[in-house]
Amino acid sequence: MSMTLLQVVVSGLLLGAVYALFSSGLTLIWGMMNVVNFAHGDFVMLGMYTAVVIWTALGGGPWASTPLAAIAIATLGVASYFFLVRHIMRGPMLAQILGTFGLALFLRYAAFWVFGANFKTLPDTLVGHSFVLAGIRFEGSRVLAGAVGLGVTLALHLILTRTAIGSRMLAVSEDATAAQLMGIRPQRMQALAWALAGAATGIAGALIATFFYTSPTVGETLAIVAFVTVSFGGFGSVLGALVAGLVIGVVESLSAYLIGPVYKDVVVYVMFVLVLWFRPQGLMGKS
Amino acid sequence: MGKLTRRVTAAGAALLALGVAGSAMAQDTVKIGVLYPLSGNAASAGNYSKMAMEVGADIVNTGDPELAKFLAVAKGGGLSGLKGAKIQLVIADNQGTPAAGQNQTLRLITQEKVVAMIGAYQSGITLTASAISEKYGIPFLTPESVAADLTERGFKFFFRTTPVAADFARAYSTFLKEQKAAGQKVNAIALVHENTEYGNSVSNVIADVFGKDGLSISQKISYSANSTDVQPQVLQLKEKNPDVVIFISYTSDAILYTKTMKELNWKPAILIADDAGFNDPAYVKSMGSQVEGLISRTSFALGKPGSVSAICDALYKKKSGGDGLDDTSGRGLQGFLVLADAINRAGSTDPAKIRDALMATDLKKDQMVAGYNGVKFDAKGQNTLASSIATQMRGGQYVAVWPKANATADLVLPYKGW
Repeated sequence: MSMTLLQVVVSGLLLGAVYALFSSGLTLIWGMMNVVNFAHGDFVMLGMYTAVVIWTALGGGPWASTPLAAIAIATLGVASYFFLVRHIMRGPMLAQILGTFGLALFLRYAAFWVFGANFKTLPDTLVGHSFVLAGIRFEGSRVLAGAVGLGVTLALHLILTRTAIGSRMLAVSEDATAAQLMGIRPQRMQALAWALAGAATGIAGALIATFFYTSPTVGETLAIVAFVTVSFGGFGSVLGALVAGLVIGVVESLSAYLIGPVYKDVVVYVMFVLVLWFRPQGLMGKS
Repeated sequence: MGKLTRRVTAAGAALLALGVAGSAMAQDTVKIGVLYPLSGNAASAGNYSKMAMEVGADIVNTGDPELAKFLAVAKGGGLSGLKGAKIQLVIADNQGTPAAGQNQTLRLITQEKVVAMIGAYQSGITLTASAISEKYGIPFLTPESVAADLTERGFKFFFRTTPVAADFARAYSTFLKEQKAAGQKVNAIALVHENTEYGNSVSNVIADVFGKDGLSISQKISYSANSTDVQPQVLQLKEKNPDVVIFISYTSDAILYTKTMKELNWKPAILIADDAGFNDPAYVKSMGSQVEGLISRTSFALGKPGSVSAICDALYKKKSGGDGLDDTSGRGLQGFLVLADAINRAGSTDPAKIRDALMATDLKKDQMVAGYNGVKFDAKGQNTLASSIATQMRGGQYVAVWPKANATADLVLPYKGW
């Protein structure tokens, strides 16, 4: 394999880990309560703005902005749950879709109002310079985002499958009434799911902001990738989102490099359709 | 069905005619439709353009004594040709999509009864929006869309003040041939372009002109401006290592290319950016220090104190609260003043008369906000006196370096980057 091709694969893997990172929150919400959060991309966008604001106002890097963004977006998630989602969940499916879609538009245009339409970027020295390892170039900010992406998705997976609180959350998602009879408070668990998803999304946003541009509409660009990743990996499966993110990242990079950048989406979506054709539940989703 | 459609169309046309006649009688305001991307990926540029239109309307409605020495429409108190009628802007968001641009144009014409349209930044949107205004016989002036075919459609109501792709392709070609003569290597040239109307048409024209001039395009990379990642493209460039790279990009992709080239540590000896994203003030502010020596094209260069461009720049700064005119807003304001001048001379809100007045436009170099030689339209509606200036990034700011007549600094090669 030529050095350039290896570089393409490595870039794709790092990109994929980031895709997984900002998709995990979306898949978690779906797995917990069968609600598709159409405002997910805009949650990421607000996480990115948190990082921008912390840099411009306080000069803080990702070490400061990542935890703060996690807290901020977790709070936003819980607030969205109590003020909006909890109510629309009682309505028909269409109300749920339009409800979170409305939230997305609200957040996007609020961002236009507060931050303006201009593109913002963080200085690339914030995380540290790029380095060369075995002839492959690694960019500090992308490596950090990729590594945290792997860490956070694995941690979410472990929380859901290996802890008591995770079991309680899954119990609520399987049968809320039965869980309630067992002494679990469904609303509390669902709010917790929104908090966890929000925190993961906030972390994703703060880290993506270190190497991407930030604008009120950036959520739109990222949300498409998140939805593809989540349905590819299987709605509700955090591990599936991780695998799907990595696969999409590498396939996208390789096809852009070998066939041409305009065709990369064609390749990704053909693969996506084929997977859903044979496995409608996605790679790791429950059928 | 056909008969019914015809009848509905006829009724619509009759209503429209009534509406136009109605607005012609009440000459207290003249409505101009303003169509720009106020949301979507180009919202940043769209908002600067919108501010330029507002400054233009202020110039006509309240006037500026300094500017009045050069421009008849700047005397204040509205349009003198229409008994002091004030200009009212009806601003619409094209949302960065051709469909929204078309719908908004239809709304502005049929419901708001605008007498002329201006916009729409992205060539792909100007294409669809101007087709609607042509159908309704409303003049459409684009101050900034450069795709070649816009003026090749045989439209009667379409006007363009900006230089087009062929103009700056020739400028690039002359520039590169001069560098070659001066000893720079320009053997392999790569074109990297976004794949909508703007990028496709400009790259095709450049390839054409370069081909005729004996400059070889060794690599052509087409990509989507909404990409989340451009690493594969930069790696393709790194592998072929061309002497010259020309980027035809919007803002978000311009930022990604700049960051990624630094990440992957690759740069060509000559890096040229075809205006657009690379001239966005938001780009210049955040990325300027990473692209030292980048060559761009502009049609706006700040003139001497007391010149039209300097006065307008000061007015614009007041409006924006800091940012001065740039290539996009400068051309935008230029387009607006041309339209206002034509409506004033037409002395009427009849779109056909405004069209005739536009055809008769004859503005001189000292009346220009943009760096054109003047404004005069050919039969296709293209400004024949439009021209381009090459600028270079120096310490986070563009300075004019070419042609010699407009240069305020010397050209420095090779490209330095970060």
